[in-house]
Amino acid sequence: MGLAIAHRFAKEGFDVQLAARRPEDLERARADLEVRYNVTVTLHAFDALAFHAHEAFVASLPKLPYVAVCVVGLLGDQRTNETDLEAAVGVMRANFEGPATILGVIANAFEVRRAGTIIGVSSVAGDRGRATNYVYGSAKAGFTAFLSGLRNRLAKTGVHVMTVKPGFVATRMTEGMKLPPALTATPEAAADRIFAAYEKGANVIYTKPIWRLVMGVIGSIPEGIFKKLKI
Amino acid sequence: MRLSGWGRFPVADCNVLRPRTQSDLLAALAKTTANAPAIARGLGRSYGDSALNTHATVSMTAFAHMLSFDAQRGLLVAESGVTLADVISVFLPRGWFVSVTPGTKFVTLGGAIAADVHGKNHHKDGSFGGCVEWIDVVGRDGVIRRCSRAENADLFAWTLGGMGLTGVILRAAIRLRRVESGWLRQRSIPAPNLAAAMSAFEDNAESTYSVAWIDCLASGANLGRSIVLLGEHALADELDVARRPAPFVTPARRALITPFDAPGWALNQWTVGAFNALYWLKGSRGGRETLVDWDSYFYPLDSIHQWNRIYGKRGFAQFQCVLPLAASRTGLEELLAVISASGHGSFLAVLKRMGAQDSRFSFPMEGYTLALDFPAHPKALALMERLDAITLAHGGRFYLAKDSRLSRAIFEMSDPRVADFRAMRSEHGLDQTFTSIQSERLGL
Repeated sequence: MGLAIAHRFAKEGFDVQLAARRPEDLERARADLEVRYNVTVTLHAFDALAFHAHEAFVASLPKLPYVAVCVVGLLGDQRTNETDLEAAVGVMRANFEGPATILGVIANAFEVRRAGTIIGVSSVAGDRGRATNYVYGSAKAGFTAFLSGLRNRLAKTGVHVMTVKPGFVATRMTEGMKLPPALTATPEAAADRIFAAYEKGANVIYTKPIWRLVMGVIGSIPEGIFKKLKI
Repeated sequence: MRLSGWGRFPVADCNVLRPRTQSDLLAALAKTTANAPAIARGLGRSYGDSALNTHATVSMTAFAHMLSFDAQRGLLVAESGVTLADVISVFLPRGWFVSVTPGTKFVTLGGAIAADVHGKNHHKDGSFGGCVEWIDVVGRDGVIRRCSRAENADLFAWTLGGMGLTGVILRAAIRLRRVESGWLRQRSIPAPNLAAAMSAFEDNAESTYSVAWIDCLASGANLGRSIVLLGEHALADELDVARRPAPFVTPARRALITPFDAPGWALNQWTVGAFNALYWLKGSRGGRETLVDWDSYFYPLDSIHQWNRIYGKRGFAQFQCVLPLAASRTGLEELLAVISASGHGSFLAVLKRMGAQDSRFSFPMEGYTLALDFPAHPKALALMERLDAITLAHGGRFYLAKDSRLSRAIFEMSDPRVADFRAMRSEHGLDQTFTSIQSERLGL
């Protein structure tokens, strides 16, 4: 989904910096963006969990970006996470600690400049913990709360923070899973919505509008009933 | 996974692999064996069973990156899963169009090269292979071979039109064509019979694009009545004044969708006959030149998504042959007489003059090509066998990208190049690694 978002912004003429653990894997994506949109694209090695290096990483960028999009995440396997604490901590760190710390550092830099937009891709799974994915969901809930707080803190500084809550998106993360078509977005459709919301200055969006309704219903079920449901 | 070509016939249960990276792909190819060979697949627009393999159908759609563009030479380097639609959407606004295109833009570069597709400009510019500068081809050994007219020239020549049976095409460098606008000047010439249609082609050999819609239900004196359509890329100053500031902007076409499988009786000799009669009436006024946007001109059916469903669940089979120039007139007359007598007409009957082409295994040769589609039911399939025999008797051959039902015996008799193709495959062990249901049926 990160690449779909990069394509959408590049299409509008944005230069792009792609940061990932193995930037060499993104070489063909870099070439593709440059050829298609006539923009400049650079690759940067970045480990979301290496928080001691975050400030140096941001300082090392050839240019402080105007829009920072964080799509770091790891779904993991809920059943494994229930007994394998190493795996569980990995999921918690990849979905909360990593994304929150890097965006915190970027927020500080944006605040000094008094301009910029931060887009954090969280998940509907963070709206309410469910038996089937609560380790992942709880980390996303933490990230959602972090973004909400960051938005609140920066509201008067000219820095905007947008929270994106995708439902199902047909990406590598969900490959092989049976997804309900009505609730599933393509990465390109999700990117279109994210870009439109960015232009509007939206605060919290669902990548498919139906999810706002779905999560509204799920959120309104009393806990006494909810705890007995299998959803 | 249940899989078919665009004709939805035949359907096979195929193991589909979806490599995302080069190393995924090489790992998948390393596992191919004589008992479990593979075939690459793009968007599945070949009509029959060219891109079906029950053991391993390797979907190349994740290899859709453009890698470089040389604006001096119009040379695009891209992965083989990039589509012509993609190429046009990126480069038409910069004044470039694809050099050769089939009747749909929803084909991948890999597919276009493997089938060595042709377009309405074949008589002038040849087939798709003509715009290919080089390709990277990979086989079971994992070695990526750069192939061009200078380097690995044999593999290059066999891979153009080789139907994916020489390895997996990973990347290609293709030359684009300079255009001044996204519009075409179209002129239509009504031709009351086959002789008139053929002279319209011969008289307009200088036209960049030419193709004819042919009414294959017309008979007697009307046999072969056609509307010959000629086209040229419009120059910027040939557009209406209002369009000149933005010559590459064309109106978005409304997409239609065929939402369900039409019932089997929906297309019959009366509905097709009525359609053809109306089309002829509309086209026979002819003469006038009109400006048509590139999408409507080259891809009239692309705006109807899943148009292949109009033939219903049973699917359909395409028949496309090419006859050598000297035998074209009598051969076409015989083919059309048999088709019109059978009453199994086709909406999408197309006649086209092809130019000279000398290639190892590609379909085109100098002469005339006729393409039609039929519902995949036994009567129509029997009719197609009669058409096979007529084609054979006139020294013609068949287009593998359209084929789903040709017999091995007919195929062998139609094309003396088959023996060399087989020998090349066996010499390099390719018959042990790359096969399709089609190649097995035809003994390639």
